[in-house]
Amino acid sequence: MADLRNLTLAQARDGLAAGDFTAVELTDAFIGATEAMRGLNAYIVETPEQARAMAAASDARRAKGQAGSMEGIPVAIKDLFCTKGVQATAGSHILEGFVPPYESTVTRNLWNAGAVMLGKTNMDEFAMGSSNMTSHFGPVANPWKRKGDDAVLVPGGSSGGSAAVVAARAALGATGTDTGGSIRQPGAFTGVVGMKPTYGRCSRWGIIAFASSLDQAGPMTRTVRDSAIMLGAMAGHDPKDSTSMKRDVPDFEAALTGDIRGLRIGIPGEYVMDGMPAEIEALWRTGIDWMRLAGAEIVDISLPHTKYALPTYYIVAPAEASSNLARYDGVRYGLRVDGDSIQEMYENTRGAGFGAEVKRRILIGTYVLSAGYYDAYYLKAQKVRTRIADDFRDAWQKVDAILTPTTPSAAFAQGDKMDDPIAMYLNDVFTVPASLAGLPGISVPAGLSADGLPLGLQLIGRPFDEETVFRAAHVLEQAAGFDARPDLTGWGG
Amino acid sequence: MPLDRDNVRAIAHLARVKTPEEDLDSLAGELNNILGWVEQLDEVDTDGVAPMTSVVATTHAEREDVVDDGGIAEDILANAPERDNGFFVVPRVVE
Repeated sequence: MADLRNLTLAQARDGLAAGDFTAVELTDAFIGATEAMRGLNAYIVETPEQARAMAAASDARRAKGQAGSMEGIPVAIKDLFCTKGVQATAGSHILEGFVPPYESTVTRNLWNAGAVMLGKTNMDEFAMGSSNMTSHFGPVANPWKRKGDDAVLVPGGSSGGSAAVVAARAALGATGTDTGGSIRQPGAFTGVVGMKPTYGRCSRWGIIAFASSLDQAGPMTRTVRDSAIMLGAMAGHDPKDSTSMKRDVPDFEAALTGDIRGLRIGIPGEYVMDGMPAEIEALWRTGIDWMRLAGAEIVDISLPHTKYALPTYYIVAPAEASSNLARYDGVRYGLRVDGDSIQEMYENTRGAGFGAEVKRRILIGTYVLSAGYYDAYYLKAQKVRTRIADDFRDAWQKVDAILTPTTPSAAFAQGDKMDDPIAMYLNDVFTVPASLAGLPGISVPAGLSADGLPLGLQLIGRPFDEETVFRAAHVLEQAAGFDARPDLTGWGG
Repeated sequence: MPLDRDNVRAIAHLARVKTPEEDLDSLAGELNNILGWVEQLDEVDTDGVAPMTSVVATTHAEREDVVDDGGIAEDILANAPERDNGFFVVPRVVE
């Protein structure tokens, strides 16, 4: 039998349906890959026994003719999702040992569709980071390396563990969450497809909250088709989350027609950034040519408030985080560090339980929400956020989707940029605007840097128009023909 | 007005995050850098602009005011660092 790990999710689905192999065989191959790739530090918890049991149950369902859309597909789950009976930490010491007695809606949907869980993937603490260097469980390594250079690179963040396992063929797909770019940026850094759907497309229930007005779950996969299949299984209205929208989930895979003739693709001039490497701009131009050759109409557009998106994000997200993370006080779950009074116990627990980046953002958030500063910072940022969303609303009068680079650079080395928070935040400069506007965005691997590292292009769409995003992304993927792979021998593969 | 170590100590206390005295100066520097950077938002004219409250247009969901789960006290207490007789235990609050 050919190596099952090299199949795409769609090929595995079709192979299972044709009876070429069983879910148990497929799952065993990926459990083996998970073990072989331990050097990446991409999983916090592996669940091989649960995976084998789920795979056996999947084979039994299939035998009875009850196969779901993800039947027998082994996937990895970002540790931000609560999964019943399996530790969920959000990459934080403060939640170490927390075993949720409930299942998040997105993972419940995946299991209902037949998927098999391989384990929980490592991530930046509470999803705060662009490098995966802030996890309490240590950094995740990017399976890619620069040509002729053995430096260990970051996989991006915060869904870096999910990105790394998909890139290293240690899962057929993985869940991520994206608050300011945490699916798309690691997707670009590892050469996988990362899709952040419209805010409200997936339920946030049972996902550990970072910034509630921004957080959204999405799939990380090797191809656009796989992304469409997996998002279809994850999405849907959930009465338990009042921000999940009552909308039917379209057949996203059916949207992959290969035909974008007449589609209007917007190119925002403001996404040309000072100091951006020439190869990023060159790839973007190439992407524009691919779209044009496929019959799309290229339209220059303006998103004038683009440069204010990052500073807006770094008020809104910490403000919401400081409020959401108030629940970690050592009383009901997770770490407790004793003190003489209850207040001291709270302070000791939170002081010991949170890492440096999380503390920094809690302090910023607390400050911008405090009396006397609320209007100057938080209210101002929420008004600028409206203007950023209005920019996109104006753009949709002229175009159907927007094409940009995903990141301003390829993956960087572990330890780089660590002493300068703002330099680190700039990783998300192209992904944050769509997040603030709640729009669907996808990163598609589109080329290699001069150093031989993957680079991504991003497509942004109208609210709840994932179908157009997928359709255009599929054409981009075909044109790019990205078939480079990381050398896994260095990681034991 | 830039933050000094006393401001940072007060914010950390408000946030209930114990912060060692020796970290206050460096934290003040980091927070001032970030706040100085975000102050570029003052350039944006937001007169008459409504602050965003929800990123997708929606009406608030309503549902019947009924208990649809319950009887799961054991689940709720399962992760408690300290528990006693069906309650969470914390240090004495009232003397």
